[in-house]
Amino acid sequence: MARMKFLCDAERCIECNGCVTACKQEHEVPWGVNRRRVVTINDGVIGAEKSISVACMHCSDAPCMAVCPVDCFYRTDDGVVLHDKDLCIGCGYCFYACPFGAPQFPQAGAFGLRGKMDKCTFCAGGPEADKSEAEFKKYGRNRLAEGKLPACAEMCSTKALLGGDGDVIADIYRERVTRRGKGSEVWGWGTAYGQGKGGSAPAPAGAKS
Amino acid sequence: MRAGIMKRVVLVAVLAAFGATGCMEVEQASTGQKQGKYQGKPDGKPWDNDPLAIGAGNAKWTKGDKLSWETQVKARNNGQNEYKRIGD
Repeated sequence: MARMKFLCDAERCIECNGCVTACKQEHEVPWGVNRRRVVTINDGVIGAEKSISVACMHCSDAPCMAVCPVDCFYRTDDGVVLHDKDLCIGCGYCFYACPFGAPQFPQAGAFGLRGKMDKCTFCAGGPEADKSEAEFKKYGRNRLAEGKLPACAEMCSTKALLGGDGDVIADIYRERVTRRGKGSEVWGWGTAYGQGKGGSAPAPAGAKS
Repeated sequence: MRAGIMKRVVLVAVLAAFGATGCMEVEQASTGQKQGKYQGKPDGKPWDNDPLAIGAGNAKWTKGDKLSWETQVKARNNGQNEYKRIGD
């Protein structure tokens, strides 16, 4: 069974914000709401600057799901965490619970009203008829129902952002790290995933990302 | 005499029944469903859709067949691996 995940390779991300733009364009996300954003640390420090693209990570044990007072979250068969906007009361508990700051709240009203929560759907739509107008308006395009993968990952020019079946993207990343001989330490690869089938090959001299 | 006693017994029983309802605890939950579970509308499965006629990299799967959809998505997923896509 597929278990959909995102993985961002900090060695490759060039902070182009192409993923952010792709997401905004694909789903016609309203002004003020960013389902995805790029975070940069050590900005401007030569050799130490790193960027990663962050959105909902579709946690296997999602804290947003645990704290929601109206139980509007669910997990699909392929591991995508989605929610029903018809039930959401916009309380913001999920925003406080989420370690990634994924939940977004549109503030369209004159008095800073907090609307219903909006977040990355892994381009899987929501609980409306697949590929319907209602689904697009509430949740955005359902690319998984079209046999595609998230727009952000597929648009990424350096392929820093990988999205799809966790096993497949783990294999892609493992092969990449083995070949270039560096980069795994950013995420503690050995701690999280152990030694892959690629083994711990020695880093080739002058390896590039 | 006996009918009068019966009437009193019935009256006391009815009053007791009404009185007891005043002590009942009203259910606070707004739904009859178990809380802690998803309460919203059911969602469709991506593999229950027809593949697009054009585009999506000639995506092909059999409608309703999860395995064939997963195979298609996995193939597309591997398109993110430039070592496989364009070779070494």
